[in-house]
Amino acid sequence: MNNLLVLPMILPVLMGVILVLFRPYIRVQRVLSLLTMVLSAGVAAYCLEYIRRTGIMRLDFGDWLPPHGILFVGDSFAMLLVLAACVVSSIILLYAFVTTGIETEKMFFYPFFLFLVAGVNGSFLTGDLFNLFVCFEVMLLASYVLLTLGGRKMQLKEGITYVLINVLASWFFLLGIAYLYGTVGTLNMAHIAVRVAEAGQGPLLTLISIVFLIVFSLKAGLLLYFWLPGSYAAPPTAVAALFGALLTKVGIYALYRMFTLIFIHDPLVFKMIGVLAVVTMIGGCLGAIAYGDIRQIVSYNVIISVGFVLTGLAISTTTAFQGASYYLVHDMASKALLFLLAGTVVHLTGRSKFDEISGLIRNYPLVGWLFFLTMLAVAGIPPLSGFIGKVYIGLGAIETGSYLLLAVAFISGIGVLYSLLRIFLNSFWGETTISEDDQVSFKKALGLPLVLLAMLVVGMGIGAELLSPYIQDATNTLANPEQYIRAVLDNDLK
Amino acid sequence: METLITLLVGVLVMVGVYLLLSKEMLRVILGTAILSHAIHLLLLTMGGLKKGDVPLLHETAAEYTDALPQALILTAIVISFAVTAFLLVLAYRVYQESGRGPELRGHQDE
Repeated sequence: MNNLLVLPMILPVLMGVILVLFRPYIRVQRVLSLLTMVLSAGVAAYCLEYIRRTGIMRLDFGDWLPPHGILFVGDSFAMLLVLAACVVSSIILLYAFVTTGIETEKMFFYPFFLFLVAGVNGSFLTGDLFNLFVCFEVMLLASYVLLTLGGRKMQLKEGITYVLINVLASWFFLLGIAYLYGTVGTLNMAHIAVRVAEAGQGPLLTLISIVFLIVFSLKAGLLLYFWLPGSYAAPPTAVAALFGALLTKVGIYALYRMFTLIFIHDPLVFKMIGVLAVVTMIGGCLGAIAYGDIRQIVSYNVIISVGFVLTGLAISTTTAFQGASYYLVHDMASKALLFLLAGTVVHLTGRSKFDEISGLIRNYPLVGWLFFLTMLAVAGIPPLSGFIGKVYIGLGAIETGSYLLLAVAFISGIGVLYSLLRIFLNSFWGETTISEDDQVSFKKALGLPLVLLAMLVVGMGIGAELLSPYIQDATNTLANPEQYIRAVLDNDLK
Repeated sequence: METLITLLVGVLVMVGVYLLLSKEMLRVILGTAILSHAIHLLLLTMGGLKKGDVPLLHETAAEYTDALPQALILTAIVISFAVTAFLLVLAYRVYQESGRGPELRGHQDE
C-alpha cells in the first residue's frame, strides 16, 4: 500500500525518460505527458484520503529502517501540496499544448516539464534532508532548461542570473547540511528533530537554522526575491505559470517543514521570519504598483503572497497553520491562472505595458471576466478561494497579538487589489482600440485551461467545507510535530 | 588534520568568492566550480577524517569510517558537474547570440 507514495515522483521521471525516445512524435508526447500528470494527481488524491483515514504513510527505500535509509513520508500537508501541484500542472499542460511552438516542443519540452514536476513532488514527499537537496536540484535543472528553452536574448540573460543565484543557494544548502551533519550526526528529518530536541537548540543550532532560513528564503523569494520578477517574466507563458505556481511553493514548504518540525525551540527565529515576511510584503507591493509591465506586476504578486503565507509561519499557531494550508493550495491555482491570463493578454495584443492596451473586454470578454474573477480571488474576496486562508491567518495573528503582522498582511491585500485593478481598468475597460477585423482570434482551446483553473479557484472557495477535513489533518501534523516523528521513527508501526 | 582541511576550505571559498564577484562570465563559472569543491571538502571534514578502518561493518568491528559523507559528496559532485556543464553551454549561447564575450553587466536597458 505504502508503495503508492513514490508514484507521484517516479511516474513523471519514468515517463520523462521514455518521452526522450519519442522526440519526433509530438502528439504521442502530449497525450502521454497529460496522462502521466492526471494519473499522478489521481494517486495523490487517493493517498490523501488514505492518510486521513489511517495516518501518515511512510516508504523506506530498500527496506532500510529509519534513520538509516532514505525514505518518503506522506503526511497530509505534503500530500495536499502534491495533489495541488499535479492538478495545476495538468491544466498548465493543456495551455502549453496550444501555445508552445512545435520547435520548442521538439527540444524535449515535455520531458523537462515532467522532470520539473517530479522534482517538486519529490521535494514535498521526502523525509531525508539530503534527498530534499537532490530533489531540489532535479527541479532546478529542469527549470534552468525550461527557462532558457527557445533562446531569446531576454531568456538567456535572465537565465544566467537565475542559474547563478540558484547555484549559490544550493551551495548554502550543502553548507547547512554539512554543519547539521557535523553537529547532530544524522540526516533523517524526524531523527534530526529528536536530536535537536534532546540537545536543546543552542546558539550553534540556531545559527545552522539561520543558514537554512537563508537557503529557503532564496528559493521561496522571502526578502531575497531580487532575482524573481525578471526570471519569471522571461520564459513563455506556460513555463512562467508553472514557475509561479510551483517553484516558490517548494521553498515555502521547506521552510514550513524545517521550522515546524526541527528548529522549533527558539522564538528568535520566528521573530526574524515575521520581520522578513513584513519586508517582503512591503517590497512586493511597491514592485507591483511601480511597474507598468503586466508580467512584472504578476511576478511581484507572487512575492506578496510568499510574504503572506510566511506570516502564518511567523505566528505559528494551529489557526495560522490552517490558514496557511488553505492559502498555499489556493495560491497554486490562482497564481497559475493569473500568469496564464497575463500571458494571454500579452499574446493577444502583442504589448506588455498595461497603459498601451485598452478596451479588451469588448474584444475578449471571456479573458476580461476571468481576469476580474482572479483578481477578486487573489485579493481574498469571499466566496472565492483566497478568503478562507486570509481569515484564518488573520485570526491566528489576533490570537497571538501580532497586530503589526496583521496590519501589513491585510494592507498588502489592498496592494494586490490595486495593482491588478489598475490592469483591469486600463486594459480591459476604456475605449476599444482594436477593431474586430484586426483582432487576433482567440482559440477555444486556449480558453479551456483558463476556465478549468477558474472553476478550481471558485470551487475551492465554495467547496471549502469539502477540503476542510484534509486541511485539518495537515494542520494537525504541522502543529504536533511528534506525530510526524512517531510515524517515522516508530518501527513497530509498520 | 580537521583544522588544516577547514583552513583549506576557507582558502577555496575565498578564491571562489573572488572569482564569483568578477565581471567576466567564465571567471564566474570557475568560481562556482571552486566553491562546490570547497563545500565537498567541508562535507567530508564534517563527517570526521580518518577514524580508523574501512567503512565495512561486521560483528566484531571496533573501528570504521563513516561512509555517508562520501556518498553525499558523490551525489553532490555529479550535480555540480551537470550544473557547471549547463552554465558553460549557456555562456556559449550568450556569446553566439550577442557576438561578444559573455560579460555580466548591470541592466543596460533600464
